[in-house]
Amino acid sequence: MSLTLQKQEGRAGLALISPTLVITLVVVVLPLLWAVMLAFQNVRLINIRSKGLFGGYTLENFRYVLSEPGFWPALVNTLIYTVAGTALSIAVGLVAALALRERFKGRTLVRASILIPYVAPVVAVAFLWETMLNPQYGIVNTWLSQPIAFLSQAKGTFLGMEVPVALLTVIAFEAWRYFPFAFLFILARLQALPADLEEAAVVDGATPTQRFRYVIMPQLWRIVALLAVLRFVFTFTKFDDVYLLTGGGAGTEVVSVRVYNFLTSRDDIGAAAAQAIVLAVVLVVFLALYLRFFAGGEREQNR
Amino acid sequence: MSRTAEPALAAGGGERPASARRGRPMSRDRVERAALRVLKPLVIAVFVAVTAFPFLYMVMLSVRDIQELILDPGSLWPRRLTLDTYADVLDRQGFLTFMRNSAIVAVASVVVTLLISIPGAYAVARLRFFGHRQVHFLFLSVYLFPAIVLAIPLFVLFTMMGLRGSLLGLILVYIAQTVPVTVYMLRNYFETVPRSVEEAAAIDGCTRLSTIWRVVLPLSKPALMATGLYVFMIAWNEFLFALLFLVERRESWTVSLGLSQLAGSIEIPTTVLMAGSVVLTLPIVIVFFASERLLTEGLTAGAEKG
Repeated sequence: MSLTLQKQEGRAGLALISPTLVITLVVVVLPLLWAVMLAFQNVRLINIRSKGLFGGYTLENFRYVLSEPGFWPALVNTLIYTVAGTALSIAVGLVAALALRERFKGRTLVRASILIPYVAPVVAVAFLWETMLNPQYGIVNTWLSQPIAFLSQAKGTFLGMEVPVALLTVIAFEAWRYFPFAFLFILARLQALPADLEEAAVVDGATPTQRFRYVIMPQLWRIVALLAVLRFVFTFTKFDDVYLLTGGGAGTEVVSVRVYNFLTSRDDIGAAAAQAIVLAVVLVVFLALYLRFFAGGEREQNR
Repeated sequence: MSRTAEPALAAGGGERPASARRGRPMSRDRVERAALRVLKPLVIAVFVAVTAFPFLYMVMLSVRDIQELILDPGSLWPRRLTLDTYADVLDRQGFLTFMRNSAIVAVASVVVTLLISIPGAYAVARLRFFGHRQVHFLFLSVYLFPAIVLAIPLFVLFTMMGLRGSLLGLILVYIAQTVPVTVYMLRNYFETVPRSVEEAAAIDGCTRLSTIWRVVLPLSKPALMATGLYVFMIAWNEFLFALLFLVERRESWTVSLGLSQLAGSIEIPTTVLMAGSVVLTLPIVIVFFASERLLTEGLTAGAEKG
C-alpha cells in the first residue's frame, strides 16, 4: 500500500514538474549543447542547413578567434571591467547599507531612491548617462571647465596620469547601476544581526570603527563573498551595458560585445560560438579558483 | 557639539596609537561618534543625489524643447513646459506600438510562466519524485548561465524557423529564463503553507490539482503577485534577445529596443527621446514599488501564521 502511494506521489511530482523541465530542456539545455557543437563547426547563416548537426568538427574557429588581434585586449577589458565593477558595486553597496541601517525619518524614501538605478530599464539609464555625459549639451560637462568625451575617448590625462576614460566611465556606470543589488542583500543581513554582540562591544568600550572592524564585518563576509560570486558571474558575460553605452568602442570592447558582432555583422556563427565558449570556460576557471581560495579562507576563519 | 565635530573630521577613521587609546579611553569613541553624526547625513544626501538626480534630469529634459537644451544645457528647470515631446514620441515615433508589443510580451510571459511554475514549485515543495534533489542544481545553473552563449543557437534556430520578428519566440525565451527562478521563489512560499490544511482538503475529497487551485493558491496570493511582477519586470526591461530577434521588423519592436534603436538617429531630438525614456521607465518603477509592498506584506502574513 505505502509503496503504491509513494509511486503515485512520484508520478504526480514528475507530471507537475514536467512542463518546467520541458521548457528549460528545449529552450536552454539543448540550445546550449548545440552552441558547443556550432563552436566546432565551420558554419555561417548561409550554409547552416547543408552542414547538418554532426560531423565536420574542427578546431579552426578556436584557432581563428584566439589569433585575432582584438580578442586578447577584449578579454583583458572584460576582466578589468568585471573585477572593478564587482568590487566597486559591493563597496558602495556596503557603505549605503551601513548608512541606512538605523531608522531615521524618510528612510523608506531614501531606500526607494537608491533602488531605482537597479530597477530601471538598462536601455533608459544607458541613454540617460549618454545624454548627461554628452560633450556638447550634457549637464555634467557644463560643470567642468573643459568638456570631456566620457564615452568616446579611449585615453585621457588626469593629474598627469594617462587613464582609460571610456573604460572607467563604463565601470562607474556598472557600480552605479548595481550597487543597489549589494545594498539590498547587505542591508537585509545587517538587520538580521543579533544586537547583543554589538551591545557587549559597546560595554567593552569599542568605538564605532572598532565595532565595524571586529564585530560587524566578520558577520558580513559570507554575504559579501556570495555577492562577489554573483556579480562576477553576471558582469563577466554582460552585454547590454557596454553595448548600449559605447558599442564596444573607445577601448571598452568586452568579449560578449565581440560575440554579438561576430554573430550579426560578420555572420560568422562558428567563431561567435567559439568565443562565447572561451568566455564561459574562462569564467568557470576563475570561479573555481575563487571558490577554492575562498573555501580555504573560510576554514581558517572557523578555526 | 560643533567643537568636537571639527577635529573629528580631521581624525577620520584612522587608527590611533594604542597608548593614546589607553590614556583616554572615551575620547576616541566620542570623536568617532561625532564624526559619524556629521558624516552619515552627508553620505545619505550624496546617495540620494546620485540616484535621484539623473531621473529628475530625465523628467526635466523630457518636458522642454530641444532648442532650449542646446542654448542652455546647464539649466535643470525648463523655462517653458511642453508636452509635445510626449505626443511626438508616442505617436510619430511609434512608441504606442512599442508599448503595446512590450505589454503583450510581458503579460504573456507572466501568465505562461506562472502556469508552468506553480505546479512545478508545488512538486518541488511537497512531492518526492525521482530527481527532486537534482532539480535545484538545474535551476541554479540556468539562473547563472550567460545569456550571450544562449543567444547564439537561439538566434540561428529562430532564423531557420522564420521566428525572427515574431513576438512568440521572444516570449518563449523569457519564459524559459524566468521559470527556474519563479519555481524557486514559489517553492519557498508553498513550503510555508501548513500541510494540515492540504490534508483537510484531501479528506474533503479534493484531488491534488484542486487542492492546489482551491487551497494553496488562495493562501499564496502575495507570493504569486510578487513573482508575476518579477517576470513582468524582466520581460519589460530585457534588451539582448529583443535586439537579436526583432531588430529587422520595426512594428514588432519593444519599448527598450525602440529607444535603443532611435537613440542613434540624429533626426529625433534628444528631449523627445527623453520622453521615450520616461515612458519606458515609469511602468517599471510603479510595478516595482507596488510589488515591494506586496512582498513585505506576504512575509508578514507568513509570520502571523507562525
